[in-house]
Amino acid sequence: MRDIPGRLGLEPGHLLAALAVTAALAFIMSLSVGPSGLGIDATGEARTLIFHEIRLPRAVLGALAGGTLGLSGAALQGYLRNPLAEPSLVGVSGGAALGAVLAIHLGLSQLWALALPIGGLAGAAVAMLAVVALAGAHGGPVTLILAGLAVSSITTALISLALNLSQNPFASVEMVLWMMGSLADRSLAQLWISAPFILLGGALLLTVARALDALTLGEDAASSLGIDLRRTRFAVVAGTALSVGAATAVTGIIGFVGLIVPHMLRPLAKYRPGLLLPASLLGGAAMLLVADVALRIVQPWVELRIGVLTALIGAPFFVWLVLRTRAELAP
Amino acid sequence: MRIEAHGLSMRLGRREVLRGLEFVAQAGEMTAVIGPNGAGKTTLLKVLAGLLVPSAGIVSLGGLPLTDWLPRARARALAYLPQERVTHWALSARAVVALGRLPHQPMGAGESPADTHAIDAALAAMDIGHLAQRPVPEMSGGERARVLVARALAQEPAALLADEPAAGLDPAHQLALFHHLTALASAGRTVVVALHDLSLAARFCHRIVLLQAGRNVAAGAAAEVLQSEHLAAVYGIAAQYTRIEGIPVVLVADVLP
Repeated sequence: MRDIPGRLGLEPGHLLAALAVTAALAFIMSLSVGPSGLGIDATGEARTLIFHEIRLPRAVLGALAGGTLGLSGAALQGYLRNPLAEPSLVGVSGGAALGAVLAIHLGLSQLWALALPIGGLAGAAVAMLAVVALAGAHGGPVTLILAGLAVSSITTALISLALNLSQNPFASVEMVLWMMGSLADRSLAQLWISAPFILLGGALLLTVARALDALTLGEDAASSLGIDLRRTRFAVVAGTALSVGAATAVTGIIGFVGLIVPHMLRPLAKYRPGLLLPASLLGGAAMLLVADVALRIVQPWVELRIGVLTALIGAPFFVWLVLRTRAELAP
Repeated sequence: MRIEAHGLSMRLGRREVLRGLEFVAQAGEMTAVIGPNGAGKTTLLKVLAGLLVPSAGIVSLGGLPLTDWLPRARARALAYLPQERVTHWALSARAVVALGRLPHQPMGAGESPADTHAIDAALAAMDIGHLAQRPVPEMSGGERARVLVARALAQEPAALLADEPAAGLDPAHQLALFHHLTALASAGRTVVVALHDLSLAARFCHRIVLLQAGRNVAAGAAAEVLQSEHLAAVYGIAAQYTRIEGIPVVLVADVLP
């Protein structure tokens, strides 16, 4: 029999349940693995210190950031009807990075630990406003991609400028390391600052499920099915900006999760863009948590940052995607 | 549900696509919109569907101005089938047809028995029940066209606007489609189709609206509208409305010099 893509698919309830269990297991694993060797069953003062100060913030942040990246990737791919779209396309990750780099450059992060994530949040907000102003309320997907690209180019230029002008080598190293993305050594306070934005943005993104399903038929047919395209566009852009901006402000840039996760789960979700939203949320959380656990296991031998790991896995995947797209388009 | 439009004008960029158009489609009738390329057929259908806001004039659906309808309520009453056969992602035929039920489903609700019934009936009407689980991108152009028609049928609208629904279908499926649309009209629905095939319009449509450069040239029964003088003036063809074995057809002899 021929290979039918739909055959891989699971019932929606089963798929989401399986992913939720996977994410929960990854979360528990993230709490249990670390260089101290303490298991999840440890007791006493060491437990309080290791779990509450180190592993819990790291696991929660991993789940939030991974979930956000997966969800926003699925939302953007569905809205743009393009499997190569990913969250950084909207320009907010670049804005968050610029804000954080400026906080380091101006020495604010030396004075106050929270200046870094707050700088990131402010940068993401400015980038989002710039993208929305540039793309306009009525434009189609193409103007959104172009506006995101333009804003990303500007943030990249300004980050380079900050690095260039930095007279303190330690600050330069700090900027570069921050941009590589990491879940390590983040405090609960940093989590508290970003979590409301991440959750609000995520909630906005989950409201577009029906609209993305309808957009399968194109914008005219979706609109005739009662979908408000302007509201959908606003929810996708604002939801991505809030959630990815806030997550990036705390973790630094973690690429490719938002590209790969929706892609891997799409056949399992029977190609339904609406179902892919919650699936990618859970899948993204599971993937980032597992990647972070893997880092901690290899830590005694190599000190690797999670943004570097996801890029190392993601870039070849992107090459494969391009090759496959090329094969599909070939006559 | 009656669709009515008065004094419709529409500018797209610098071009005036509709110029003071009058249009009526009655419930229980199938109305054809015909005219040469660029006459404004697609634009008219989009305006009637509420997808484009006319620069002047008013559209009403069931006696209520279209702008007063809430989008979801309008989508339950009126379905629009675009000319472009767009389907993104490798959804199965059944999943695509099921999208027609979106306006009927409350947020987060699954498929109700009424939904299942409408989807299965639409699949059967378009003769694609056996293809239900096939991914749409793997289908032929004609099969895909039938899936998209079925999507609009599953919407169970009181009024259906279809832009070139027969394009790309083989003769058997063209006939089956028009028999089905006729049955819908007989059941009291309003059916409006934009068509290039004059013989299909002559044979199946109760009323024909002939457009040229955004204006009505004629409107009425097939025998009135499809007169040779009209076809010569609008299309630049030598053509004749006649009957062969009792079936109305338009014979096109030649292009006029």
